[in-house]
Amino acid sequence: MNQVIAHEVDFTDYKSDVTPVWCPGCGDYAVLSAITKALAGLGLARENVALISGIGCSSRIAAYTSVYGFHGIHGRALPIAQGLKLARPDLTVLCAGGDGDGFSIGGNHFMHACRRNLDLTYIVMDNNVYGMTKGQASPTSAADWTESKLTPEGPGVPPFQPLDIALAAGASHVARCFSGKVQMLTKTIAEAIQHPGFSFIQVISPCVTYRPEMRDFKNLVHESFTEACTDRREARRRLIDDDGFSLGTLFKSVEPSYKPSHRNSEPLDELERQFAL
Amino acid sequence: MTVGQILVDAAARAGWYGLFRRSLGPQIRGGESAALLRFGDRPILNHGDSFDLLLAYDWGNINRFAAELPLRPDSVVLFDPDAGEVPEVIERTDARCVAAPLAQTAKSAPGVRANMVGLGLVAHALGLVPEDLKSELEKALGDKGEEILAGSLEGLRLGAELCESLPADIWPKVVRPAPLAVPRWSITGNEAAGMGAIRGGVRFVAAYPITPSTEILEWLAPNLTRVGGQLVQVEDELASVNMIVGASFGGTPSLTATSGPGLSLMLEGLGMAVGAEFPITLIDVQRGGPSTGIPTKSEQSDFNIAVYGMHGDAPHIVCAPTSIPDCLSTVQWAVSAAEAAQCPAIVLSDQNMGQSRAIVDPPKSGGPVAERRLAQVEDGAAYKRYALTNDGVSPMSVPGMKGGEYTADGLAHNERGTPSTQASDHQSQLDKRLRKLETLDCDDVWAEVAGDGPVAVIAWGSLTEAAREAVERSNGAARLIGVRVILPLQEEAMAKALDGVSKVLVVEQNHGAQFFHFLKGHYSLPQTVESLHRPGPLPIRPVEILAAITAMKGDA
Ligand SMILES: Cc1ncc(C[n+]2csc(CCOP(=O)(O)OP(=O)(O)O)c2C)c(N)n1
Ligand code: SF4
Repeated sequence: MNQVIAHEVDFTDYKSDVTPVWCPGCGDYAVLSAITKALAGLGLARENVALISGIGCSSRIAAYTSVYGFHGIHGRALPIAQGLKLARPDLTVLCAGGDGDGFSIGGNHFMHACRRNLDLTYIVMDNNVYGMTKGQASPTSAADWTESKLTPEGPGVPPFQPLDIALAAGASHVARCFSGKVQMLTKTIAEAIQHPGFSFIQVISPCVTYRPEMRDFKNLVHESFTEACTDRREARRRLIDDDGFSLGTLFKSVEPSYKPSHRNSEPLDELERQFAL
Repeated sequence: MTVGQILVDAAARAGWYGLFRRSLGPQIRGGESAALLRFGDRPILNHGDSFDLLLAYDWGNINRFAAELPLRPDSVVLFDPDAGEVPEVIERTDARCVAAPLAQTAKSAPGVRANMVGLGLVAHALGLVPEDLKSELEKALGDKGEEILAGSLEGLRLGAELCESLPADIWPKVVRPAPLAVPRWSITGNEAAGMGAIRGGVRFVAAYPITPSTEILEWLAPNLTRVGGQLVQVEDELASVNMIVGASFGGTPSLTATSGPGLSLMLEGLGMAVGAEFPITLIDVQRGGPSTGIPTKSEQSDFNIAVYGMHGDAPHIVCAPTSIPDCLSTVQWAVSAAEAAQCPAIVLSDQNMGQSRAIVDPPKSGGPVAERRLAQVEDGAAYKRYALTNDGVSPMSVPGMKGGEYTADGLAHNERGTPSTQASDHQSQLDKRLRKLETLDCDDVWAEVAGDGPVAVIAWGSLTEAAREAVERSNGAARLIGVRVILPLQEEAMAKALDGVSKVLVVEQNHGAQFFHFLKGHYSLPQTVESLHRPGPLPIRPVEILAAITAMKGDA
């Protein structure tokens, strides 16, 4: 984590002047608020923070903050974020996007980012749908969700289990939040930023346009992950009874990260000597 | 293969220039293989027309690669009678076949292997004494022990004896070159490319292995750390290209290397680097395509994908080394050009250069180093990451610079980087990105130009040196234009190089004459433009290019 600034900071300082394209009522507004509040709460200097995102409604978030941002291509936010973090370990690097971006087209990177366990915070705004392309099933849509023209009989496959997979793949901080509970989300994001390792937060963030029934999720969520497990097996056991609406930090443990080897720099002619006969 | 390596390095120590290419079958380990060597007293950078000598340990799968071993009636084939009769494909060449009992000779002393006998034989014919070979042998054997070394040395001695017992008139006369004042380099194209990357300032590499580019990455892994850089092995090529974009966003010159299938996967990421304006360098060591193609053998068939592969209007840099040592300087230049123009540079190498070893004079030190135009930012003033400038290059801020905060975007955007669908923003940013390539200075590097004959041979990549030899042998009929900078186009320089040219011959190693069509489409050329092209793996040889020059000269 980078150096903090001493004076009081207002979270609106972390918002840009770009007006979001989001629909009124979209859950992603609250995620933007929570991210900026967490950054303000930690007092991180804007120039030392980078937010990397992919493509989707949710991925637009990068341009709505005033830190360094990168709105990249669909599914590739995590490689960009990891390349940045490896090259610039001094920065605080956040990564954000949708469930399609992170679990479908970018699914392979998700697993490998968990394995590498670099010091990053990855926030997935999970709305169980592809919002940007106007309402197709995402990996987290239920098998029998029939509202998409593309899969009129439902996607027909069981939904992706983000927390299970993050745990199995090696993420060292795993949490689930709800965009309707901004305070908890802010606190979780701040903790995730401070956690030295790969932090994954699944944020249930309703798409009011293509999944209007998600408005009712506020009645379904419950804060069941009260205390974070520090034992990975215990955390997995907890997930057996998860209904998908348990909120809180499920797992948190300081574990080794991928570290490139570093040596002192030698002059180039020293290197080139290997070619001379 | 060890024998080839020892021979070329030992000969190099004795003062020879040389080139060592491998021809491998599809097996993972073992299977048929040939070490193809060419020696001379001046730099040898192409494979020549044919072989003077074929030393056959055995004839396994010879029909699969005999075409890669052109022989003449005055060539000599040394074969081991224990390995069976000389096969039809070889007999057909009318080369002179002489029995050399390698295996039997090896059996005459304990611990001796036939490959060492063969090495001793050829080394003796080249005028090398066992002492010349000893240090290379020690290097190759590593710590396999005294006994193995002694057996190998005995093998070399027996090989030299065997050489003496063969008819004396089979050997061309060789005069051992003078000993060297400055040691030469023994280097492969892939190693040279890696060194060029480091010299150019690359300090971050993301890697996913693929033949025949893997050696670049394997060479870089330990060597990058020696200069304070790092290489990370990633999950796929989508990750590698995007990771280097991320590192580049952070301010670090970054690179990846791959071959055709990997390049196909990387296209979207490359396009993002064009649109969001990040310098990255990608080396494509080409192999036979399409699809998995012929992984172990050379072709120049990724030209089109490198030039035209990205969707949208996506100006970028494409360049190609013209020889093994040039892999170093061209990659080095590409890194600095990418940084200067804030866009991707694709370097088209090929298996022919990448996996071949050449003995070369040590390249000059120095050369261009990555230098990015950084923004002068003040806190408070709105920073325009994509500011419209005269030369098209917008000063860039990197994270950590206070006041330089911006969001890089692959969406069409305005000067500040804010997404925009407005026609004028799209037009002006497209113009800007083209402008920075038009203003990129390529004058000193754009091509190898030699000779002044009326037939211009335009070649690229590893065929440049074969074309050069053909031009040199053409008695002034031809000139060479070996194009190194493919994009951006170099219209003025090309026009100058074509001054006085009446006909053009375009030479390339692919089925579709991709370079030929590119040149015809983008350059103004004389009326007569012919194409000499064929797919891999048989390299186009100087004699074939010369024949085409002669034919063109003839029909006026
Ligand atoms: C390579 C590629 N394929 C497809 C698309 C089209 N596309 C844009 S966003 C998107 C899915 C967005 O869904 P999600 O990531 O869940 O984000 P949301 O819009 O729901 O926030 C798709 C398929 C694209 N931009 N790029
Ligand atoms: S379509 Fe859905 S996800 Fe996209 S902005 Fe609207 S409400 Fe949000």
